[in-house]
Amino acid sequence: MTGLPITLKMDRKLFAKGLRDGIPISMGYLAVAFTLGIAAGNINMDALQSFFMSLGMVASAGEYAAIILIGSAAGVLEMIATTFIINLRYFLMSCSLSQKLAPDVPMWKRMLLAWFVTDELFGISSAVEGYLDPVYTYGAAVVSIAGWCLGTVLGVIAGDILPVRLASAMNVALYGMFLAIIIPPAKKSSFMAALVLISMVLSYIFSAAPLLSEISEGFRIIILTVVIAGAAAFIRPVKEGV
Amino acid sequence: MFDRRVYMSLIIMIVTVYAIRVIPFIIFRKEIKNKWIRSFLYYVPYVTLAVMTFPAILTATSSVWAGAVALAVGVIVSLISGDLFTVAISACVAVFLTELIV
Repeated sequence: MTGLPITLKMDRKLFAKGLRDGIPISMGYLAVAFTLGIAAGNINMDALQSFFMSLGMVASAGEYAAIILIGSAAGVLEMIATTFIINLRYFLMSCSLSQKLAPDVPMWKRMLLAWFVTDELFGISSAVEGYLDPVYTYGAAVVSIAGWCLGTVLGVIAGDILPVRLASAMNVALYGMFLAIIIPPAKKSSFMAALVLISMVLSYIFSAAPLLSEISEGFRIIILTVVIAGAAAFIRPVKEGV
Repeated sequence: MFDRRVYMSLIIMIVTVYAIRVIPFIIFRKEIKNKWIRSFLYYVPYVTLAVMTFPAILTATSSVWAGAVALAVGVIVSLISGDLFTVAISACVAVFLTELIV
């Protein structure tokens, strides 16, 4: 017996589980952020500025856009509008996560959680059974954001130390995780299987078909999510208590 | 001059991104009762992640084949274990090995 209060012990265990689940995210982030750091270095941003950017924004497409905007000396309105549009999908994710929290989770914990709403951290947080205790996400965020910031800084100061082959392999860590989240529910329910399959097929059509492929990736994600999840909610409303 | 502009720009964009992420948490403090919205938000992660995974996984590596192998291995390992770490590492190893061969 360590004499710790029970809640603190549970918190520690959950935080540690988050740290572990954050490792594959961190690997993927390291690789992605590395390329981001190279881009930042190309417009003469230094390591500290890039670190600050990655710690503050924690967004891949969002940061690429930020680098381009800074490089082209964009105006304030242009920066706000572009950042808003490119990162709009996080709005949907935050809506979804807000409903995954127990009603008694205090506001400061919600506001800290908001900082960590990235595709990947959102993914693993959604995959938790029942209510989400943000402590789990905090654990995963510490490891993954460390990888994210480290990758960015390394990209700036040493653009070519990571072998292409290794970077290429690390890139799919993130997609592997996404699959680990969406496939198990699809195995249990044919409706979820159909939902995942339809989402992928439509995503492919949107990326390849003429005209549709003109839509940016950020908007493609938002449009398809709203339409498909909206239709699914209409066809099969979720039973109470989920 | 450049440094000052960079920091000002970063602060503006950091605040914008955070606002997008935090506003839903401020608006939806209580549980939403509407059944359709609850169902919609329940389905959001699965649809979003599926849309982001495919076809992007095919172009994430240096060859489409390696990406396709990663997809296949990822799906199969997910069906067997479902553990995040195991699936992610399997996909990485699959890409690494495929790229050695192709």
